[in-house]
Amino acid sequence: MHGLPGAFSANPHARRPGAWGWWLLAPMLAWLLLFVVAPMGILVAYSFGSRGMLGDVEFGFSWDSYARIADPIYLRIFARSIGYAALTTALCVLIGFPAAWFIARRGPGWRERLLLLVMIPFWTSFLIRTYAWIAILRSEGLLNAVLKSSGAVPHVFAEPLELLYTPAAVVIGLVYVYLPFVILPVYASAEKLDGVLIEAAHDLGAGPLRVFREVILPLTWPGVAAGMMLVFVPAIGMFAITDLLGGARVSMIGNVIQNQFTKALNFPFGAALGVVFTLLFVVSFALLQWLGRRKDETAKAR
Amino acid sequence: MSSVLVAPKHEPVSKPSTVPAPPKRASRPGRSGAWWVERGLALWTALVLGFLYLPIAVLIGYSFNQSRLNITWEGFTWRWYGELLSNKPLIDSFKNSLIVAGASTVLAVLIGTTGAWLLHRHRYRFARAIQALVCVPMVMPEIVMGISLLVLFALAQVDLGHATLILAHTTFCFPFVLVAVQARLQGLDPALEEAALDLGATPWRAFWLVILPCLRPAVVAGTLMAFTLSMDELIISLFTAGPGSRTLPMQVYGMAKVGLNPMLNALSAIFVVTTVAFVLFTEHLRRMAARGADTTFSKP
Repeated sequence: MHGLPGAFSANPHARRPGAWGWWLLAPMLAWLLLFVVAPMGILVAYSFGSRGMLGDVEFGFSWDSYARIADPIYLRIFARSIGYAALTTALCVLIGFPAAWFIARRGPGWRERLLLLVMIPFWTSFLIRTYAWIAILRSEGLLNAVLKSSGAVPHVFAEPLELLYTPAAVVIGLVYVYLPFVILPVYASAEKLDGVLIEAAHDLGAGPLRVFREVILPLTWPGVAAGMMLVFVPAIGMFAITDLLGGARVSMIGNVIQNQFTKALNFPFGAALGVVFTLLFVVSFALLQWLGRRKDETAKAR
Repeated sequence: MSSVLVAPKHEPVSKPSTVPAPPKRASRPGRSGAWWVERGLALWTALVLGFLYLPIAVLIGYSFNQSRLNITWEGFTWRWYGELLSNKPLIDSFKNSLIVAGASTVLAVLIGTTGAWLLHRHRYRFARAIQALVCVPMVMPEIVMGISLLVLFALAQVDLGHATLILAHTTFCFPFVLVAVQARLQGLDPALEEAALDLGATPWRAFWLVILPCLRPAVVAGTLMAFTLSMDELIISLFTAGPGSRTLPMQVYGMAKVGLNPMLNALSAIFVVTTVAFVLFTEHLRRMAARGADTTFSKP
């Protein structure tokens, strides 16, 4: 993710705004301040408050909610969520990169057709795509039926495989939902890569591994980094997929946050979890940007 | 959904495909390493696409199965589609979704289009900060946006309902419209507005009669995107909807939590068909825009 999407335009004809220019922009600015900046501020304020007798919030300055996050129970949930998200991200990149690369290296006709095939799942409701796996993984589901009829499962194990509501189901669901989010940005940067560079590296005697490490990877890194961002952060907080495929057995940070606001009604604790999650997001975002810049510099240095 | 992040939602498509196909390697006798790598990649891509489509295909197939439990195929039926249409909570939630998506799309297009134009034509102080702020709702994790809006509404003592949903959805939809329009503006000849002004148009007329028609493909694409994002949104809606304003994804989520439901299979099939139509239509628009850009007022 180099620069923000739609980096702002350098219009040579742009001029200083008069009073009108500011007045017309005011609704948008007010909207952003009211519905993006202010809510974050309130969230931070809540996180330092404490829970009143009636489940209301008493403002104040206490670190209690943050101290509670340090409880091993919650630390473990945080660690588990990050672990699942990291595993999902790694699998998505490993599975998605070769496919994105292949699609980007086709001629225009095939490229557009294959790309459309990736766009369709990308735009299909993630809820529907998660639900599809319930039909496949449940004990009387498609996968067990196929395994049974093919005889892959010896008859001694008459019991069907318990796949649904396991950690494996959650990871399958996450990878399935987020895979297009990696393929598309990697495709975008692979498509820009000039094939001549690879030819040149080959001609200069670089082996395939070296070409991959020193030419392909640095040049497609912006796409890989963007894809990682698009998967890692949402995957940490994605409680709907864990709920549907993990049941109550696999609880993630998103589920805990949601519980504080819908069932436990402990807003300050939920807010503190939300703030920590946001910080996590900002740090990983900065880290990926920094990694990208370093890769850029080493590439330029060569 | 997801906001996810990301302008990338449309970025890859909106790019003109100008990169030439990689040069063909000189044909070598025999099957070289590169040939095998190519074969392997083709197979891998086929497997990945199979992985992406198999579950959807299974779902669509099941939606025509007479069996309620879907263990075996018991014959073809339209029954589940019929039940879908007579399921009142589902129809109500669909209506709610349409109201929310319709209203947020209108607001998002208004704010996004004017915002993009103003940021393009003026050199504001803090322009970079404003641009970064616009991108925040696109990259922010949905759950954080959901809970932060919830605490805002709680503090302001606003009852959750259609209005709060519309406010929340507009907030994450308009940046996508803005970025789409901005991309189009960058390809536009900057002298266009000056010419209109020199010919005596007021800035308002210049925008309405000259600029806006040029932006139409981007505005249409932004509209479609905002509508789809809003129709799909689950996480933010869960925190900002009231009891009387459950949206379709919320209803589907509730049903899916209980387990398999043949009606959901039918609904999924409809979703998938709608998405295919949507993707093909946007693709068509994109091509028209790419062709149009050659002739109408693009940068020399």
